[in-house]
Amino acid sequence: MKLGVGDLSAVHELSITQGILDIVLAAAIREGGGRVTAIDLVIGELASIVDDSVQFYWDIIAEGTPAAGAKLRFRRVPLRFECLGCQATFEPADGTFACPHCASVSVRVNAGDDLRIDGFDLEPEPEDAPPDDKPDDKECQP
Amino acid sequence: MTRRVAVVENITKANDRLAAVNRNLLAAHRLPSFNLLSSPGAGKTSLVERTVTELAGRCCIGVIEGDMTGSLDAERAEAVGARAVQINTGGACHLDAGMVTDALDQLPLGELDLVIVENVGNLICPASFDLGTTRRVVIASVPEGDDKPLKYPTMYRGVDLLVLNKIDLLPYVRFDVDRFVNAVAALNENLTVMRMSCTTGEGFGAWLDWVAALVAAHREPR
Repeated sequence: MKLGVGDLSAVHELSITQGILDIVLAAAIREGGGRVTAIDLVIGELASIVDDSVQFYWDIIAEGTPAAGAKLRFRRVPLRFECLGCQATFEPADGTFACPHCASVSVRVNAGDDLRIDGFDLEPEPEDAPPDDKPDDKECQP
Repeated sequence: MTRRVAVVENITKANDRLAAVNRNLLAAHRLPSFNLLSSPGAGKTSLVERTVTELAGRCCIGVIEGDMTGSLDAERAEAVGARAVQINTGGACHLDAGMVTDALDQLPLGELDLVIVENVGNLICPASFDLGTTRRVVIASVPEGDDKPLKYPTMYRGVDLLVLNKIDLLPYVRFDVDRFVNAVAALNENLTVMRMSCTTGEGFGAWLDWVAALVAAHREPR
């Protein structure tokens, strides 16, 4: 039994970018509509996402949507560990995850898993200008 | 006037929702499952083949194979008695939950004791996508080198069981087992580690015990 995957939406950063677009457009509708002008993204080191690739796909798939042209603001969160021996937190040195203070290898991840949207800027659509002339009372008369 | 909308959402929300659907479907059938990940050539298909062969008669296993193209792996699994579905991802570098939903639809879940999802061979992309399986198993092989968890921490994060395969090659390649295992353990609390050779069979018994225990735990009525 063989299944083919018809579209390429599972290409790595493309599917991530599509996720961002879908979430933001749905939220913008819930907020009453408007143009999305900027999006705040928090990307941890463990997420293995390349900002430039996301920007590349964004420029293509957001075109023609209320988020077209939105600025993507990336906040990177580095990988940090907490030492279970001495409770120090640290960013790992090259080539090892061991604690630089006490050399323990008993550590756990403290930060760097993030892959989320942290908010966006919404510019409401301008309201329709009121009509120049008000309805004539005469029109309402039977 | 531009205003700030403070919506906080995980970017993989859509995939996570489908992963939950898969999780619920498998739970409804009391089916344990695991997502099998590794770089190409580490031994995923060999592990699947040998597992299905050794558990024949005791365990009916469904296998979902993910590859860019072809059906070689699904054929290997079927040849040894598994019920197999092959997913061809075309250009995609990983399986996502939606693909697995479609594949689960093609398997006779009511007849199975275990579902194995063999992911696309890739050390980066598959890690970001929860498929809804009970466990996540990563296979690393000795010839790949002991620095891979340091270079590709994403892949080694969120691992329930680490299989170090091809240990029969330890006398011939430079590989510091402690360095490797410590690095993966740093990225995961409650990690189980197994060393084996799918070729010689060394260490395979412990793996089969783990699989059998997983199946037995799911069979027990709640």
